[in-house]
Amino acid sequence: MMPPSKSTIAPVPALLSLAMRPLPLLPLQPALFFLLDRVVRRHPGLFARLGPHADKRFGIDPTDLPFAFVLEPRRLRPRLAAVRTLPDDLDVRISGPLGGLMGLIDGELDGDALFFSRDLQVEGDFEAVVALRNAIDDSQIDLIGEIRSLFGPLGRPVEEVLRNGLRRLRPVDPAGFGV
Amino acid sequence: MSHTRKNGATMQLTLGPVLFNWAPEAWRDFYFRIADEAPVDTVVIGEIVCSKRSPFIADHLPVVVDRLAAAGKQVTLASLILVSLPRERRQMAEMAAAEDAVIEINDLSCLASVANRPHAIGPFVNVYNEATAGFFARRGAVRMCLPPELPLTSVAAIAGALPDVVVEVFAFGKAPLAISARCYHARAHKLSKDSCQFVCDQDPDGMLVKTLDGQDFLAVNGVQTLSHGCVNLIGDIPGLAEAGVRALRLSPQHCDMVAVAEAFRDVLDGRREAAEAERALASLYPGTPFVNGFLHALPGAVHTPVRSAANRGH
Amino acid sequence: MELVCPAGTPAALRVAVEAGADAVYCGFNDETNARNFPGLNFNREELTAGIALAHRRGVKVLVAINTFPRAGAIDLWRRAVDDAVRAGADALILADVGLLDYARRTHPGQRLHVSVQAAAANADSIRFYVETFGVKRVVLPRVLSVPEIAAVTAESGCETEVFVFGGLCVMAEGRCSLSSYATGRSPNMQGACSPASHVNYREERGRMVSRLGEFTINSFAKDEPAAYPTLCKGRFETSQGVGYIFEDPTSLDAATMLPALKEAGVTALKIEGRQRGRAYIESVVQSFRQALTDLDAGLPIETARLAGLTEGQTTTVGAYRKTWR
Repeated sequence: MMPPSKSTIAPVPALLSLAMRPLPLLPLQPALFFLLDRVVRRHPGLFARLGPHADKRFGIDPTDLPFAFVLEPRRLRPRLAAVRTLPDDLDVRISGPLGGLMGLIDGELDGDALFFSRDLQVEGDFEAVVALRNAIDDSQIDLIGEIRSLFGPLGRPVEEVLRNGLRRLRPVDPAGFGV
Repeated sequence: MSHTRKNGATMQLTLGPVLFNWAPEAWRDFYFRIADEAPVDTVVIGEIVCSKRSPFIADHLPVVVDRLAAAGKQVTLASLILVSLPRERRQMAEMAAAEDAVIEINDLSCLASVANRPHAIGPFVNVYNEATAGFFARRGAVRMCLPPELPLTSVAAIAGALPDVVVEVFAFGKAPLAISARCYHARAHKLSKDSCQFVCDQDPDGMLVKTLDGQDFLAVNGVQTLSHGCVNLIGDIPGLAEAGVRALRLSPQHCDMVAVAEAFRDVLDGRREAAEAERALASLYPGTPFVNGFLHALPGAVHTPVRSAANRGH
Repeated sequence: MELVCPAGTPAALRVAVEAGADAVYCGFNDETNARNFPGLNFNREELTAGIALAHRRGVKVLVAINTFPRAGAIDLWRRAVDDAVRAGADALILADVGLLDYARRTHPGQRLHVSVQAAAANADSIRFYVETFGVKRVVLPRVLSVPEIAAVTAESGCETEVFVFGGLCVMAEGRCSLSSYATGRSPNMQGACSPASHVNYREERGRMVSRLGEFTINSFAKDEPAAYPTLCKGRFETSQGVGYIFEDPTSLDAATMLPALKEAGVTALKIEGRQRGRAYIESVVQSFRQALTDLDAGLPIETARLAGLTEGQTTTVGAYRKTWR
């Protein structure tokens, strides 16, 4: 038997997180709208896998950022909103460091492993979380690529900054799981 | 109603094998009393949980079988649930070699040795549907005790498709839920399975397993895990009769099984109301809740109370 | 030895093929397979496309139809058999005797494997499946030690496939109703052990408590590695104390046993985890592909690189060593 492994996911640096705190969330909103719109149009298969869970409300809380997201991945008018604190009327609440959450979306990290190591916390409708995880894992969403396309000519430098930033949040071990 | 009652009256009672590690003399005396007093038609007998325990009852087995047969009981020998060791395969081969014995198969490894002679399929063989049941019937199975987790709709579909087979359901006793190569009694006592000191004999009704918040949940019986709740289908007899069930299995617990069999017989014959009989069973086997969730397609741990005769209505 | 890898989604199938699988196993998105989880598995078109993709890369696809057909609704399972054959499956992995009988009669040329859910634990029962249904391979239950595997393989004359990594059933598979006792949904009938719909985690006095249906399965201190509330890996109380009375929340990792399994005559090595994501599939398949390459080259096998992926983040060789019992 081996000793349990410790979390290897670095948090967003506290200073950076602190600097983000006074930023207004409103300007983020159109960007999130376009981002979600692009993702669901390019990955219609998401909905077949989500099934009835597409109508649920998911709270996503990057614990190292001063804000969180509410995701409603419904077929008609899906919604992704940034909020200061998550509301109470959610079906599910998923929290963890940004690097872990992003790794889940792009398929670099394993959701079960993050959950077992306590990097990821889940409260509420577990079936909806499992459906969302499986739907996202199959869709192979390139989130950073999608963000790049939002920035038009500025896309390439933005992508570089994001990818470099994310790399720092990732485990050192390329397999991503550390021992 | 009269139709139902007639079916109930023709339903047989079967006493399943003792699953726990009882002292050999207590085991022998239990069966002597069953032979002399219990209104059961068939007695299934043999050590089916742990092959290491088999030698304990071996000395008493012939005399017990004789006593039961002399009392007019149909005696059936049951095979082990999990057969893997060479010793276990030998034991099964020896059992099957007794040509005049009726054998109840609990593992498919014994099927070849009884093929083309009348035999029974025990509750540990996965018979979940009418096609599988039909397959076994074509190969000589005349009785089948269905797995305890089957809902009534499945029981009805199987019994309806096989009118010539005596379909039996697990109607009383802690539900056997799992079998393993690992011995959980030995593990709990920090012993290895090979030198287990037969600590399972300390728990003649299984070792209680509670949840961390103190809820009674399961019972450990060596390599076997059972429910803590005691299956009791005495309130479900009308539905079972209508489904075409022809026998009810009573699985021995550490209580007065003669009185348990009498309660079931009385209800089957219309001499006692189910609700009254259930109260009697509760005092015969106190401290263990009754459950019947599996039959109702609910969690097995759930209990749906007996419906009174007044609102049974059809 | 053939490396048989899980795929819960078409994306996972592609990853497994890329990462070095010899064969991939998967199932339809309904109760006909034993990993019937939300958002998982293949519809008919996805399976056909997945098989075509795998075949182009010389990888086989084995389709698991390994639950026990519900009485009165057998057609759903028979259609799954017919559709998998039509899609070009290299083998069907079946557990139910009636369904094996149907597959043999309806598709006499189709290669059939006996699922681990059939719990064929000895040469006599394997012989029954070979003689009656012409099966070519049996997936052995995780209850046998390596010497027993060797004996069974030699005596039955049938190909054997054994699990080398992933979730570890401590009970004989296909013969366990623990989960349905707590949830009303049966692994054998509905295809999910500890279904997510009945799983709940919540914070209670600084501990995370996991529940399955109405029953508490475990409770974890703040930084303790967590586990899924699978009943057989829960913490309970008996007269002998509190603890993991069935099994610790651990996973199987038999990488160190590969030489012994090869010696035992095993044909195929199986990785558990159709419910896991692409990241898991990629790491585990690559790791075992490397281990098999090392084994063939006579090199020592590097171990312990996958612990982070496992439940409770610890591993065991399980029943492969007799002391496990």
